Amino acid sequence: MLWLLFFLVTAIHAELCQPDAENAFKVRLSLRTALGDKAYAWDTNEEYLFKAMVAFSMRRVPNREATEISHVLLCNVTQRVSFWFVVTDPSRNHTLPAVEVQSAIRMNRNRINNAFFLNDQTLEFLRIPSTLAPPTDPSVPIWIIIFGVVFCIVIVATMLLILSGIRQRRRENKGPSEMEDTEDKWENTITIENGIPCDPLDMKGGHVNDAFVTEDERLTPL
Amino acid sequence: MDEARPLWATPLQFVFACISYAVGLGNVWRFPYLCQMYGGGSFLVPYIIMLAVEGMPLLYLELAVGQRMRQGSIGAWRTISPYLSGVGVASVVVSFFLSMYYNVINAWAFWYLFHSFQDPLPWSVCPLNGNRTGYDEECEKASSTQYFWYRKTLNISPSIQESGAVQWEPALCLILAWLLVYLCILRGTESTGKVVYFTALLPYCVLMIYLVRGLTLHGATNGLAYMFTPKMEQLANPKAWINAATQIFFSLGLGFGSLIAFASYNEPSNDCQKHTVIVSIINSSTSIFASVVTFSIYGFKATFNYESCLNKVILLLTNSFDLEDGFLTVSNLEEVKSYLASAYPSKYSEVFPQIKNCSLESELETAVQGTGLAFIVYTEAIKNMEVSQLWSVLYFFMLLMLGIGSMLGNTAAILTPLTDSKVISSYLPKEAISGLVCLVNCAIGLVFTMEAGNYWFDIFNDYAATLSLLLIVLVETVAVCYLYGLRRFESDLKAMTGHALNWYWKAMWGGVSPLLIISLFVFYLSDYIITGTLQYQAWDASQGQLVTKDYPPYALAIIGLLVASSTMCIPLGALGTFIVRHLKRGDTASVA
Repeated sequence: MLWLLFFLVTAIHAELCQPDAENAFKVRLSLRTALGDKAYAWDTNEEYLFKAMVAFSMRRVPNREATEISHVLLCNVTQRVSFWFVVTDPSRNHTLPAVEVQSAIRMNRNRINNAFFLNDQTLEFLRIPSTLAPPTDPSVPIWIIIFGVVFCIVIVATMLLILSGIRQRRRENKGPSEMEDTEDKWENTITIENGIPCDPLDMKGGHVNDAFVTEDERLTPL
Repeated sequence: MDEARPLWATPLQFVFACISYAVGLGNVWRFPYLCQMYGGGSFLVPYIIMLAVEGMPLLYLELAVGQRMRQGSIGAWRTISPYLSGVGVASVVVSFFLSMYYNVINAWAFWYLFHSFQDPLPWSVCPLNGNRTGYDEECEKASSTQYFWYRKTLNISPSIQESGAVQWEPALCLILAWLLVYLCILRGTESTGKVVYFTALLPYCVLMIYLVRGLTLHGATNGLAYMFTPKMEQLANPKAWINAATQIFFSLGLGFGSLIAFASYNEPSNDCQKHTVIVSIINSSTSIFASVVTFSIYGFKATFNYESCLNKVILLLTNSFDLEDGFLTVSNLEEVKSYLASAYPSKYSEVFPQIKNCSLESELETAVQGTGLAFIVYTEAIKNMEVSQLWSVLYFFMLLMLGIGSMLGNTAAILTPLTDSKVISSYLPKEAISGLVCLVNCAIGLVFTMEAGNYWFDIFNDYAATLSLLLIVLVETVAVCYLYGLRRFESDLKAMTGHALNWYWKAMWGGVSPLLIISLFVFYLSDYIITGTLQYQAWDASQGQLVTKDYPPYALAIIGLLVASSTMCIPLGALGTFIVRHLKRGDTASVA
């Protein structure tokens, strides 16, 4: 009698959980791709953990807090590793609607992934699209900051070059007229030492030095 | 009669200026493409022959003319013969067109450079779609690097007719690029002479770093082997020779007047023959060097894509047949495929259409040139390297240096005739002239930042300079040899530098080079005439790839205008001088 009941239960379960059954989802794991040498073997204990995670996700949905691990059915486990699962209601006669299961899994996807050391690509729920992480957009795009820095540097350097060019040209324009003034000044200055004007010899033409000219006759008579 | 003309502080500055002008983006993105298309290692044969026969003689001619006449292009050609003032004007017009569109490339390089300081690089991931369940559709169909180029950088419209609005981000980058160019040319040779140390040397540093990095990348040897295996049958292909000649011609930047401008600031006793040989050999070696780097990067990218393709096939088969994860590897892929085909024939035939035939050869054969190579292919390779931000910054900084170096030459070609002219330089100081030229170019260049701007860029890139330059250089060579007189020029050079002119140069100038240019000219003309309507590649956002479209009539008119406005200057200049002289002779006759 007990065996009959057991067979009946498994038969019903088998009917509820089948590939492409209503409200059933296929799961695919790529353990070796994700973990390489550290890949663990997929056995019934891992399946138990999976059932627990799905049950946990369903318990967080309002009105489904009574979901137990035994309500999650797995079937058709292949070598891939891939399998199908359904979640039944407490009466174990009907499966929960796909939409509810989908939203529950989506909301807790991260925790399910972490329980198995996998990510969205290596633990796939077919027909449950994962929410992709949006790229973090800073308030001011980075490129504008760098652009602003380079722009300011170039403008400052240009201004400096232009201004120094203008200053140089002004100095050149003043230069020739200044040169003429100083030459005139040199001709008009008379050096004065101790209050006595000194006349440099070469400025006043030639002067005969009287000290050396005594008499007319300097020549000794024959 | 002229107050001291500004001179280069050392001859080294002149050599660096020429190198920095000649070594430009064409060495990086056109030569590797040509090498790949026309037989790999065997392309070097026509390339070197054309360098010796066409490149060096024409370069020497321009440098010698500039150094002898000591004026910009307009004044130099007017001195050679008053009927040739049109040649100088044509050079200035072509340089003007070139500087208009060339600086847009620098603007794009700035844009990518500023975006390289993010983690992850913005062109390595696709943006998310509206409800965050997947990626943006256009990005999925194309690739993330293509999406970033066509949508984020250019925001390209589907065809040239839909101009769209000016995009403010590239416009800002363009303004910055022009400000930088203005800063470099502000003081004439004084400032340019110092900047060329950077623009000439820094790209080589970056290329060296990239060479070391490139050769150590996984799969680089595939690319190098592919490039350097000579395909000797390509030597018989006339297109290989024509493209080698064209590449040498445009790579050295002949005919724009920049080389004449640079040489005019030289000491008359400068040995320009030695400098010619140095500059042309360095230019060609840089092309070959850059293609080694490019091909190791190609090899890396091709190998990476090939391996991803294989991994996708493996994943597809593993998922369809629920095989154990890790069972299918690259080595046993073929056996397992045949086993599956025999064991599960119906299921296999369902899956079969989705299995792509991954081939390393087809990945390597995707030859790209131009902006596509620089901004799409290279960025794709960079995003897969470690520390990709560093490589990205280095790469775009190098592109910027190459571009700015060429811009210095272009603007020198425009400014030197303007500052030489007594009329203009008496009213305005040279800072103001430079500023005006930069402002006008920037304002017109904003056209290229519109949504259809890239299509106009391609028009300018393909048609503004090609035919006109060939004609200009042909007229230059014929004028110096036959109008001015080869013997007279030879004695001028001897008096100037002290060396006699080698017979080789005389033979080339007199016969071989003009014949080569005429044949190139005829080839280009016949090519345009045979292909009939001109077409362009437009980006189709819905398919995520380029499609070919015809140019509308007004675009064809503008192309015709571009070519005509520079080539017509030559006959118009001669005609104008003739009329003026005729009138003067008429006046003197009536007075007497």
